[in-house]
Amino acid sequence: MSIELKHVYKKFGNFKALDDVSLKIEDGELLALLGPSGSGKTTLLRVVAGLDSFDEGQVLFSGRDAQDQKARERGVGFVFQHYALFRHMTVFDNIAFGLNVQPGKIRPSRQEIRAKVMELLNLVQLEWLAERYPWQLSGGQRQRIALARALAVRPKVLLLDEPFGSLDAQVRKELRAWLRRFHDEFHITTIFVTHDQEEALEVADRIVVMNKGMLVQVGTPEDVFHNPVNSFVLSFLGNVNFFHCRLEQGKAMIGDTALEVPGLSVDQPQTAKLYVRPNQFKISRVFTKAALKAIVEYVNPAGTIVKVNLKTIDSGERILVEITQEEFKQSKIRKHEKVYVSLKDVSYSEYVQDDP
Amino acid sequence: MRMGMSRRFVQKSILPGFSLSLGFTIFYLSLIVLIPLSMVFFKASSMGAKDFLEVIMAPRTLAAYRLSFTTALLSAGINAVFGLIVAWVLVRYSFPGKRIMDALVDFPLALPTAVAGIALTELYTPTGWIGQCLSTVGVKAAFTPFGITIALTFIGLPFVVRTIQPVLEDMDPQIEEAAASLGANRWQVVSKIILPVIFPALLTGVTLAFARAIGEYGSVIFIAGNMPMKTEIVPLLIMTKLEQYDYTGATAIAIGMLVISFLLLAAANFFQWLMSKNLGKV
Repeated sequence: MSIELKHVYKKFGNFKALDDVSLKIEDGELLALLGPSGSGKTTLLRVVAGLDSFDEGQVLFSGRDAQDQKARERGVGFVFQHYALFRHMTVFDNIAFGLNVQPGKIRPSRQEIRAKVMELLNLVQLEWLAERYPWQLSGGQRQRIALARALAVRPKVLLLDEPFGSLDAQVRKELRAWLRRFHDEFHITTIFVTHDQEEALEVADRIVVMNKGMLVQVGTPEDVFHNPVNSFVLSFLGNVNFFHCRLEQGKAMIGDTALEVPGLSVDQPQTAKLYVRPNQFKISRVFTKAALKAIVEYVNPAGTIVKVNLKTIDSGERILVEITQEEFKQSKIRKHEKVYVSLKDVSYSEYVQDDP
Repeated sequence: MRMGMSRRFVQKSILPGFSLSLGFTIFYLSLIVLIPLSMVFFKASSMGAKDFLEVIMAPRTLAAYRLSFTTALLSAGINAVFGLIVAWVLVRYSFPGKRIMDALVDFPLALPTAVAGIALTELYTPTGWIGQCLSTVGVKAAFTPFGITIALTFIGLPFVVRTIQPVLEDMDPQIEEAAASLGANRWQVVSKIILPVIFPALLTGVTLAFARAIGEYGSVIFIAGNMPMKTEIVPLLIMTKLEQYDYTGATAIAIGMLVISFLLLAAANFFQWLMSKNLGKV
């Protein structure tokens, strides 16, 4: 089922939770709502689910206005951040709940419900927990039971609110991969909320970056990562270094140092902010004029990449640089060493008004 | 041998103080509850079994037992329904005057029961504000079992409200939203999700209200009318015996009441334990 939001506004008192949100989610898409806390992403999810009302605008399900459809009539599976499992029911009864409350005419028989629940438990690989109570499960198990419960009523849309937010790193990685596989197999239109950029980039077909109740950028993970529309998106999607500089033809003046900026052309000198990802630097021991002089403060080679923390000598600014293990082996950079930092590339530059 | 015993009974804990606090608890409960209670039995044991049975099986005593227990149960039942609604409204909604309403709930506890009794009687006599209205439809409240039930309902309300309130506050509204998004209608949410979770607390509250109602004296005697065989409650019968210096008779009646109350409370506790066994925290 496709979902469309048209100019949706929602206020809590004076706080704008949703500010002119228009968005179309295609049938079978896996969409991530990404943003800092308070950016309106959970509110957006709840509006789609029919759990929250909105002040203005329209929500369309497959082109039909969903205004008069209550939450229970929308055919939406909602998985809450803290799972919201029914603690007085066994895992089995939790999953069967959605089927058990169906009106007599369409409710499956007890055997059918049993079969369905076992099938779902099988899907989330927790058959052996059927007779347990929620408080006897671990966080990751609860999360998967909450998912199975939401899937029991064959929802046309699956909405997940920070689904892996309160799990430990290992379980989170597993469930992330599981969700992606699950989606590739069943193609249920899925929206999930997250504040973890890595999660969004890894799992989603498309990412919606939100801030202050507004959509900042909508696009594929590749798109939003490499072509951010502004510095907010850029700094939200991973580490970034930023410099105040003066841009001239092909050069960025940082203090007295003129750095070469590949692929940059300006008509006239401009004051700007320069955003550089950690992997867009080049470190060298050999003196170059067009490079920032810096001292190595700390090197962390544990990982697939090597993180080098630098402090510039002129201005004392801190720079995070990432180099590959090969580069690290070749250069053998060590703590307290003096190095020269130049640019390979620039992620994003933003002009600022010259101070009068 | 001793070591083995203590290992089985006392779970090892890093925090000290178990034996001290257990000792204190036993001492305190004995001093405050057990010793006074056993005095009742001690006193009654001075009379023979035949005399004892004669007192508690007397028609007047039986009528008082019946009246006391039916009105107490009835008032506890009424409070179960309306106390639950009051607690629900106080927890789930915010409205002007909520704090005042919340404070009002405790009022029946703070008010001297005799004052409550006089006020209620004043209201429910056929010439009183409410009594007038009731008498036009042919209902007599004051000086009937109905009047007693009203008084007992009045004093029992805070127990039900105050025990359910924290449990309701603790309940995550998302649980209800989850049920609704799974297709449950409002009635199914209440009956399958909310009630099972708050039932143990509700039962505790109702039990407390019932226990209080059984022993209530002050607020009832004014509105009851105190006619033997008709509107005479057990505590009043005991008072009457005491005034006639029939101490053993009074304690015999008290024992009968104690035993029935104990059985009812034990049953309620057992049931509550059964219900809450699987209500772990999530």
